Amino acid sequence: MGTLVEEIFSQKAGRSVHAGEIVLLDVDYIMSHDNTTPLAIKAFEMIGKPIFDKQKIVLHFDHAYPAPNILAATNHKKIIEFAQKEDLPYLFKQGVCHQVMIEEGFVTPGAIIIGADSHSNTYGALGAFGAGLGSTEIGVAWVTGKSWFKVPETIRVELSGETQTGVYAKDVMIYIAGMLGMDGATYRSVEFGGRYIETLPMHERIVFSNMSTEIGAKCGLIAADQVTAEYLRENTPIEGPFEEIHPVSPNYERVLEIDVSTISPQLSCHPTVDNVRDLKELEGLDVNEIYIGTCTNGRYEDIEIAANLLKGQQVDSVTRVIVTPASQMIYKKAMKNGLLDILMDAGCTITGVGCGACIGRHGGILAPNERALTTMNRNFIGRMGSPLAEIYLASPATAAASALTGKITDPRNYLRQ
Amino acid sequence: MGKAWAFSENLNTDEIIPGRFNITIDPQELAKNVFCEIKPDYAPNVVVGDVIIGGQNFGCGSSREHAPIAIKGSGAKCIIAASYARIFFRNAVNIGLPILESREAAEGINEGDEIEVDLSSGKIDNMSTGESFQAQPLPPFIIKIAEAGGIINFLQTNSIEDLL
Repeated sequence: MGTLVEEIFSQKAGRSVHAGEIVLLDVDYIMSHDNTTPLAIKAFEMIGKPIFDKQKIVLHFDHAYPAPNILAATNHKKIIEFAQKEDLPYLFKQGVCHQVMIEEGFVTPGAIIIGADSHSNTYGALGAFGAGLGSTEIGVAWVTGKSWFKVPETIRVELSGETQTGVYAKDVMIYIAGMLGMDGATYRSVEFGGRYIETLPMHERIVFSNMSTEIGAKCGLIAADQVTAEYLRENTPIEGPFEEIHPVSPNYERVLEIDVSTISPQLSCHPTVDNVRDLKELEGLDVNEIYIGTCTNGRYEDIEIAANLLKGQQVDSVTRVIVTPASQMIYKKAMKNGLLDILMDAGCTITGVGCGACIGRHGGILAPNERALTTMNRNFIGRMGSPLAEIYLASPATAAASALTGKITDPRNYLRQ
Repeated sequence: MGKAWAFSENLNTDEIIPGRFNITIDPQELAKNVFCEIKPDYAPNVVVGDVIIGGQNFGCGSSREHAPIAIKGSGAKCIIAASYARIFFRNAVNIGLPILESREAAEGINEGDEIEVDLSSGKIDNMSTGESFQAQPLPPFIIKIAEAGGIINFLQTNSIEDLL
C-alpha cells in the first residue's frame, strides 16, 4: 500500500516501506557522463575497492562531445582509459545520456536508476525510479551496487482535459513550475497522473519527469501502462512483459488538480524556470537565437513539429536557429524522413547530437545582452554562455514559430492555417 | 571565528560555479571562480574559516559536485542555510563540507558579521550582534558520514551497510 514511489521502493526492498524511512537499495544502473565521470573515477580510486558489477555501470559522452577544447578532450581520454582498464561494457557516444539510456533499454518499469546528472528524473516517465546524485555517490555505487534514499512524501499532480491546439506537455509543465515554484517539490516525489497523462504518448510524458527536477523533486513518476509497454517494444531492445506498478491506496502529502484545457502557450522567463508568463504577454519580444534540442525537447516528434511548421518557409534572416537532435537514432530517423532537409532549406543549422548549447560550452553559446528562446529545461543566468544573456523556455512549436519572425511568436498563428 | 558571506534564496549551482568552469576537478582551481558572477569579491577575499550564509533551497539546479567542492576549496568552514536542494545536500555531506540548517540563523546573520560555529553541537553565535542560534540536528547516518570526513573516508574502513 502506498504512493508510486513507495510501491517501487517496496518491491525493491522486499518489504513495505513508507515515506520518512531511510532505505538502502540495490540499484539497477548507475549512469554518469563526460562532465561527472572524472570525479566519480577519483572517488572510486580513493575508496580503493573493486567494482561491484560492471554490467550496472553506464557511461556517456554528451556534455562536451566531440571535445570543443583540450580540457574536455583530456577528460574523454581519461574516461576511455578508465573504461578500458576496468573492462566496462557500456560507453556511449551517441547522444544525450537520458535519451540513450531509454533507447538502449536500460530504463524499464520498476527499475532503480541513479545518475550523476540532475535530469536523471527523466526515467520516471517509464515508471522507473530515476534520481540525480553527485559524482562521489556514483563512485560509491560502483563499489557497493547500492545507494541510500529517504523514502519521499508525494505530491500528486492530477491532470485532466485535453490541451488546446498549439499547447504541448512543455507548456503544461512550465505552468506547473509556475504554480509550485522552483523549491515547491524539494525532497518530494511528484506523481503525474489523470486522464491527460494516460492518453499522452511517451515523448510528451518524458517532458514532465524531466522537468520535475526544476521544481526540486527527487523523482517525477508516471505509472507504467500500455503506452509504456508499447513504447518499449517499438523503440528499444526491451520486449517485456512488465510488471505494472501502480499506487495502492496512496496517502499523498498534497494533490494538485489541473484542467489542461485552460492552459495557453507558456514561457519560463529570464532568469528562473518558475518566472512563468502566458506567451501572449511577451509576444513580439526580439530573440537572437532559437535553440531546439536537449533531453527535454530534442526528440523526433519535437523536430517533426518544427519541420511541419517551417516547411517551405524561411526563418528570420538575422536570428540564429539551431537544431540539435538528442540522439543519433533521432538524427537518423529525421534524416531518413526528410525532416532535416526541410529544416536546412528553411535556414536552420543542424548540429551533431548531444547536450549542445544547453551546457554553455559549445554549439550555440550566447553573447552578452543577447536573448535566446529555447526548448531546454533550465534558464539560469550564464547557462548558455554570457551571464548577461537572457534565456526563455518554451515548446518546440513556440520555438519554431518564433524562428520565422525573430520575435517571440504564438505558434497558434501558424498551426491554424 | 569567521566572516559571514551572505547569499540569496534559491541559489543555484550555476551561480556557485558556472558550467564553463567545471572542466576541472581541482578544488583550488574551482575555488578561483566560485561565485564569480554573483559575488566577484568573494574568491579574492575569502579567508579560511569564513562562513557561507544561504536562504531556502541552497544549491538547487545541476547535480554538479563541483559546486560544494569549489566552496570547500575556497576555505569556507561551513554553510548555514534555511534549507538545501536535495542533491547539493547529499554532495556536501559526501565530500565532507559541513552544512547546517537553521532558518533563524540564515535570517539573523548579515554579510560581514563575525560568526562562531561549533560544528559538533550545531551552536551558531553571531559575535557582531550577540545573537545565538541552534541548527537542526542531522539524522544519525548523516552524522556517521560527517564524522568520518565524507563518504569516501567512511567506506575505506566500513561497508555501506554500516550506515544504517
